[in-house]
Amino acid sequence: MCTMIVEKVKIEGSGKGATGWFSLDQANVSYDHPFNAPLEHALNIDFVNASQGPYARVAVELSESAARELVKTILAVLDQAQAEGHL
Amino acid sequence: MYTTDVKQGLHAETVMMTGANGDQINAFFARPLGDGPFPAMVLAHHMPGWDLLYREFTYKFAHHGYVTISPNLYFRAGHGTPEDVAAKVRADGGVSDDSAVGDLAGAAKYLTTLPYVNGKVGIFGTCSGGRHAFLAASRTTEFNAAIDCWGGRVVMAAEQLNEKAPVSPLNYTKDLSCPLLGLFGNDDSNPTPEQVNLHEAELKKHGKTYEFYRYDGAGHGFFYHYSPAYRQAQAVDGWQKVFAFCEKYLSS
Repeated sequence: MCTMIVEKVKIEGSGKGATGWFSLDQANVSYDHPFNAPLEHALNIDFVNASQGPYARVAVELSESAARELVKTILAVLDQAQAEGHL
Repeated sequence: MYTTDVKQGLHAETVMMTGANGDQINAFFARPLGDGPFPAMVLAHHMPGWDLLYREFTYKFAHHGYVTISPNLYFRAGHGTPEDVAAKVRADGGVSDDSAVGDLAGAAKYLTTLPYVNGKVGIFGTCSGGRHAFLAASRTTEFNAAIDCWGGRVVMAAEQLNEKAPVSPLNYTKDLSCPLLGLFGNDDSNPTPEQVNLHEAELKKHGKTYEFYRYDGAGHGFFYHYSPAYRQAQAVDGWQKVFAFCEKYLSS
């Protein structure tokens, strides 16, 4: 790899990949060369099921600013859900 | 010099070869048609994987007269699309230096058993492949020429070392066993121009034969025609440097 900046985190949920929905157990977050986004480096998130093959993957590649905005947005949505008693 | 009345052809296919630890791994192989003898080339693929680009590079070297093999350094991660496999390897922190060097040395051995190879084998890599090419040329004596295109992490700080990469490749410079060509973009952040300076200083210190070319207006991956990183003038010049270097050190 190039930057070697990568972290894994256990997650629960579902992801929709090339062959349909599958259960997720891990998110791999890296800052490294993207495969598709027109950037030298991107914040890459691979939502995977690590116990299945490499195909069990939903990938996103974001610019740094987009990734930071996404983090804020996710937290804002969770805060609202909590405030309204859903959590 | 090629002229339009010359008959040309090549044969290409996926093959199995013996890599690190005696493992059987797959590789993409292409050879010019004819009796030869031909020089040979091992390709160390980049971080994005054993992908279409490295098929193209394999065809390109074969078209230029080199019996060429591109081993799948990510074979042990399983099979899928090249991107999915590379993403898994990325998440796992890459392949170990021992695994990459073993696979690349195995690829060289595969080539030298072929009756139409002239006995000379080069190694070419871009990105992490450039780093692996330098490592393989320093940790083995299988190669007659090495080409490192913008390989990052040749110079590694102590805090970057880990189980898979326990030694900074820079420390192996004293053992480099063949001439080295390095192509770098001066806008690259991995390696930075300062890191390339350190690498060059180490080559000079140990009296190694090398040629480094550094391109203004180019960063990482400037050969990649499908990417915003592509730089037309620098890529054309870079490929000319690659083939001139190969001809100088790999011809019969």
